[in-house]
Amino acid sequence: MKPPPFSYHNPKTIPEALALLGRLDNAKLLAGGQSLMPMLNMRFVLPDHVIDLNQVDGLSYIREAGEEIEIGGMTRQRDIEFSDLIRKKCPLMHEAILQVGHRQTRNRGTLGGSLCHLDPSAELVTVAAALDATVLVDGRNGRREVAFADFPRSYMASAVEPDEILSAVRFPVWPDSHGYAFVEFARRHGDFAIVSAAALLEEDGAGKILRTSVTIGGVAAAPVRLPAVETGLKGAKASPELFREACEAYRKIDALEDVHAPKSYRQHLAAVLSRRALEAAHARAQQRPARH
Amino acid sequence: MTAAVFGTSVSRLEDPDLLRGQARFVDDIDPPGLLHAAFVRSPHAHAAITGIDKTAALAVPGVHAVLTLEDLRPHLATEVLAVGLPSPSYKQELHRPALAHDEVTHVGEPVAMVVADSRYVAEDAAALVAVDYEPLPTVADCRAALAPGAAKVNRKAPHNLLAEFDMGYGDAGARFAEAAHVFRETLWQHRGGGHSIECRGNVAVYDSLEDRLTLWSSTQAPHAAMRALAEMLRRDENQVRVMTPEVGGGFGPKLVFYPEDVVTAVAALILRRPVKWIEDRREHFVASTQERDQYWDVEIAVDRDGRILGVRGSLLHDHGAYTARGVNIAYGSAQCVTLPYEIPAYQLNVKLVLTNKVPVTPVRGAGQPQGAFAMERLLDRVARELKIDRAELRRRNLIPADKMPYTKPMKTRGGIPVVLDSGDFPKCQNEALARAGWDGFRTRQASARAQGRYLGIGMANFVEGTGRGPFEPVRVRIGPSGKVHIYTGAAAMGQSTKTMLAQIVAEQLGGDLANVTVTTGDSAAISMGIGGFNSRQAVMAGSSAHLAAVKIRDKTLKIASHMLEAAPADLEIARDRVRVKGVPNMAVSLRDIARAVAGTPGFSLPGGIDPGLETTESMVIDPMTYANGTAVVEVEVDVETGAVRIERFVLAHDCGRIIHPMVVDGQLIGGAAHGIANALFEWMGFDDTAQPVTTNFGEYLLITATETPPIEIIHHESPTPLNPLGIKGVGESGVIPTPAAVVSAIEDALSPFNVHLAQAPIRPAEIVAAIHAGRPR
Amino acid sequence: MAETRKVALTVNGQGYEKEVEVRYTLADFLRHGLGLTGTHLGCEHGVCGACTILIDGRSARSCLTLAVQADGRQITTVEGIAPSPDQLHPLQQAFRDHHGLQCGFCTPGMLTTLLEFLRDNPDPTEAEVRVAISGNLCRCTGYQGIVAAALDAAKRMRETKTAP
Repeated sequence: MKPPPFSYHNPKTIPEALALLGRLDNAKLLAGGQSLMPMLNMRFVLPDHVIDLNQVDGLSYIREAGEEIEIGGMTRQRDIEFSDLIRKKCPLMHEAILQVGHRQTRNRGTLGGSLCHLDPSAELVTVAAALDATVLVDGRNGRREVAFADFPRSYMASAVEPDEILSAVRFPVWPDSHGYAFVEFARRHGDFAIVSAAALLEEDGAGKILRTSVTIGGVAAAPVRLPAVETGLKGAKASPELFREACEAYRKIDALEDVHAPKSYRQHLAAVLSRRALEAAHARAQQRPARH
Repeated sequence: MTAAVFGTSVSRLEDPDLLRGQARFVDDIDPPGLLHAAFVRSPHAHAAITGIDKTAALAVPGVHAVLTLEDLRPHLATEVLAVGLPSPSYKQELHRPALAHDEVTHVGEPVAMVVADSRYVAEDAAALVAVDYEPLPTVADCRAALAPGAAKVNRKAPHNLLAEFDMGYGDAGARFAEAAHVFRETLWQHRGGGHSIECRGNVAVYDSLEDRLTLWSSTQAPHAAMRALAEMLRRDENQVRVMTPEVGGGFGPKLVFYPEDVVTAVAALILRRPVKWIEDRREHFVASTQERDQYWDVEIAVDRDGRILGVRGSLLHDHGAYTARGVNIAYGSAQCVTLPYEIPAYQLNVKLVLTNKVPVTPVRGAGQPQGAFAMERLLDRVARELKIDRAELRRRNLIPADKMPYTKPMKTRGGIPVVLDSGDFPKCQNEALARAGWDGFRTRQASARAQGRYLGIGMANFVEGTGRGPFEPVRVRIGPSGKVHIYTGAAAMGQSTKTMLAQIVAEQLGGDLANVTVTTGDSAAISMGIGGFNSRQAVMAGSSAHLAAVKIRDKTLKIASHMLEAAPADLEIARDRVRVKGVPNMAVSLRDIARAVAGTPGFSLPGGIDPGLETTESMVIDPMTYANGTAVVEVEVDVETGAVRIERFVLAHDCGRIIHPMVVDGQLIGGAAHGIANALFEWMGFDDTAQPVTTNFGEYLLITATETPPIEIIHHESPTPLNPLGIKGVGESGVIPTPAAVVSAIEDALSPFNVHLAQAPIRPAEIVAAIHAGRPR
Repeated sequence: MAETRKVALTVNGQGYEKEVEVRYTLADFLRHGLGLTGTHLGCEHGVCGACTILIDGRSARSCLTLAVQADGRQITTVEGIAPSPDQLHPLQQAFRDHHGLQCGFCTPGMLTTLLEFLRDNPDPTEAEVRVAISGNLCRCTGYQGIVAAALDAAKRMRETKTAP
């Protein structure tokens, strides 16, 4: 299990990297290497060129950008894990990142790498969908913005074109009072989730739901959000019965099947975990009352 | 008195180099001129080979050779790897070829070897070897393999039945006829791999000056490998040397001699350059042997009180595509079923069935976890049906201590009577239950259920035949340096073999472990050896080491008595000196004693003593010594997700006298973790065409630290009378009862849902499905 | 010909400058290029953790890192943990005292992983230790000796104020 032959390029700037992408055929971008390197070692991919983004300036940062948080594409998962800003403004992502792989993989793995690899069960993909993130993509004609809802194109294929680079992602911030939960079922700690559920809730003081986002990861090729469910919850008073009933809808997702789980089990988990995520998010919303 | 080292947790001799990264494993060996090999392997479970084109591979710069069976033939006395474990039960022989040439019968079977300047280049070229395959029908399921008209696993085989035998005693028919109750279970245990963290590997070096072939190999059986190589390569034993460096875990699959071993050796002979092949993890999944696929259909007959009258049924054992290690797993499974209990009659028909999968040979436990699973599942069934507490039911049936030694009217696969030599099974069970809080559990369970939490408790007993004979040689020598050297045919792969032997020998020779060196796994260091498997080395090599050390001690004291002019009975060995008891100043060093019998030209030896301070002992012990134990497991099951969390794990065991308490704990805990993984995680999947579907560690799950519970050990010591130290083996004890105990606990947790479990592993999706199927409507 | 590059890096405090094939993993470069064979390969797809090393103090799988990516970096491997040839680091000593290793093959990755962990978390709970090593597979010990060793090492290092 050794990587096949390739040429190696280590650009220092985004324009340099884009120029290489434009010039070279059959090139692969190397970010944190936690997905590409195993695929190289197993020779599942045979690129002629590897363009290493690790030395490109200005791709690793976490900062506030107006009402949103912007994270550079090459920001390590570890830096997200230890970011006070993320913990405070985006606690869903903090909760999720603790379930991403292990310390050794988070030290190397990046936000952009995870999103572009687009494993259906990757936690950060689910988080980006839950938060309605915006993906910033650089190409030869400049930067374009892709709403995360449009980001996954098909199974493990994103909207980033072969000559483009994911340079950053913007995550809208929910009010301090919101409830959140990232719940997943994995066979072992640190494994990719078989199914994950992210829930965000804004409630009024009486437990009436003002706004919600419920996202299911790992069940289909891309994270699933059912607008009908979210709309249906809006205006209702949070209760276990409400959540249980609403989450039955997730049992009907056309689910994937693989060595880890049959389709019916994924559908079942989607209903169970979404309910648990909503219940946990509701409990937190109760503990974090809105400031008046 | 000298310091006692036997029975204490001394610091291991193995550790310092391992902790510093200075230990040498096979992939760390780097002789000058080394070439690297990669194998071309079958992507088909069954296919005819109609042609092999090496041209493109040979054109890759840095490639030195592409070897097929054609190229090996001039060097081989035989083209197949014959297995030397006889059994009258064989219906056919089916040996592995050194390389497949006209037919492949499992995915991963080696077809050609590429040798190149680096492993990277070897893999580049291996992808370019063009093998023409014509796919043939496959057998993916041993249950279908014997049906009329089933596809044949191998075109050369007459059918798919590899062997068949009956195990048992007593008149099962009569006992079942008189029984108050008969219950039947159909059970399944699935395949897993050894998955030592170090895979297999070889470095072959041919020395033309001495005409000697040396194979460094990560093997559990270096002498067997040496003999196999000598035979296959038509060489004298002294022209072949097999050495094991540090071995990064064995767990069974490394005791087998493999095609890759002989091909690496031949490559070095052909190329006259050292050749290294290191198995990678993907190869380990498709080319290292596996086990545990068995289907049981068994019945138990009991009287009104739950006393067992008989057990009978049949066992289908998935043997894989070739015979790589005899019939021993299925034999061990069948033999161990009844061991802990008084069972008047037992009858089991056993069929070993070929499939187009990786050959099956022992993985830690070697068939016995399956046998224990069958017996313990039957007992749980009886307990449930008769509404008797599971522990009480077992108490009524366990062999009482006052009946030891207890003869089971069966013979081991080597024809040796099965006599349980010692132990107190009921006491062992009672203590495990007490520690785990068995009696108070129903209260805990009820209060948890009131909160919507599902706790369960389960248990399993086991008796394991350990210390398979007939012998394991050990040589002990005190050299002119005064150091004690130990050489053995035993093989070390992490079980602290060196420390174990050093303790036994040092106990007799001064108690100073720093003065002892141990050489394991070198066929040139000692002429015979059997190796590390079947929980045998402490028993067999330990006993030989003890005999040898006692002999050397006697001789040392005799020489010293001449030198000190004192009676041997008045002498003692303290560290590296022999001294007169009570007169520490009257002493002579081991160095001087050794030199006194090393021979001085023209001078006679003192007191007419034989030359040298060295002896080789091979204590012959035919009967196995039987270890026993009880596992009690408490779990919590998330009935919505099927997740199982082990809350408590208690293992009471008896392995006779304990040489090193911490090492014994380590063996048991590691084995228990392996057993938990077998119960919950490890699942080697194949599709309907026998294509493996779990070939990496993301798909095939080993247990990690977060899923492994703390394991509480209770020691019992019933010394066996079969060897002078009273020791029994322990390497597999942790794994044997564990799948049965874990599954029992899960079933108990799910009792409100009327769930009945009959397989291991049991995975979350299956638990949820079982709950849905069993839920009262 | 295979593409190569010159890399300059520091391993266990010693500088090296070497030409390396660009496709070589850092693990293979350390093992076969520099002869530092203490770093082990158990799966080569980033799951077993045996090849874990520290890059600028942070743990990483050396099978998932290219050797060229180590250019200009400070690498710590298992060979660099002990303070001297005749003294073990407290973490190593605790592994020995608690039977935290049997075959020793996973040990280098366990040690490097725990070195980083104990620096970040000098007073961990048992559960935290188990999470810290959940990316490292051990087939021998059932992890119990390793967990005990890590907890004891943390205690010894706190008491003696040893830096991990």
